[in-house]
Amino acid sequence: MKGWIALVAGLLFGLGLALSGMTSPDKVIGFLDVTGPWDPSLAFVMGGALLVAAPLYFYTSRRGEALCGDSLGAPPSQTIDRKLIGGAALFGLGWGLAGLCPGPALVDLLVRPLPVGVFLTAMIAGLLLSRRD
Amino acid sequence: MAFAPADMIQPLAGGALIGLSAGLLRLGTGQIAGISGIVRRAIRGPERGWQLAFLAGVLAAGAMAAWRSGEQLAAGLERASLPMLVAAGLLVGLGTGLGNGCTSGHGICGLARLSKRSLLAVPTFMAAAALMVFVRRWGGWL
Repeated sequence: MKGWIALVAGLLFGLGLALSGMTSPDKVIGFLDVTGPWDPSLAFVMGGALLVAAPLYFYTSRRGEALCGDSLGAPPSQTIDRKLIGGAALFGLGWGLAGLCPGPALVDLLVRPLPVGVFLTAMIAGLLLSRRD
Repeated sequence: MAFAPADMIQPLAGGALIGLSAGLLRLGTGQIAGISGIVRRAIRGPERGWQLAFLAGVLAAGAMAAWRSGEQLAAGLERASLPMLVAAGLLVGLGTGLGNGCTSGHGICGLARLSKRSLLAVPTFMAAAALMVFVRRWGGWL
């Protein structure tokens, strides 16, 4: 059950990314290029996502457990530390360099296997080096 | 600014699908749809079943999208150099590992549940990314 829900969620996630424009580095760089010919359209991706996700998250919290009966895990950590800010900053620099973040890279893998494969290999190396768990 | 109101329809619809996916995963399984964390768990475990199913769904969506829109899907990637992709990939991997989330984990799931950490992480990575693009623009390698 859990696997099927995850499969459908992954499918919706990938289709949403492809439709949104997030899979194109040109589009992403255009969104980040605030001192150039700025293209704000990608701001609506986060807007649209939050509009749908926030009520579902809220309802799930009120419910207290997932439909499959699993717990919702610990509430979000509140710890603000240098790792959080430094990590977010490093991630942003990489995102602005290639115009790719993890989800869109996976969606692009089959259309551009070589460059995306190189990016994902380096990303996974960084991910595994950055922590033990 | 390069923008017409009709340009917001696809980002909005795509975003709504992403939000539906994150909400479905949360409501159905209690899990968070953060791609960097899902990739890390799928490789390192200890639990990797649903993560692999999710990633299979994303890749299948990629195949459908590639079939429909071809190389337009990844427009701009054809100009990327391999050393730059290695550097960017390392930064993205290290950064999302240390900061515990990327555009999806912090940007959507974290904000959807009003996590204090995500409320700080999102403007931080947005600003760093815009700074990188600013430097590239003025350095002449955009």
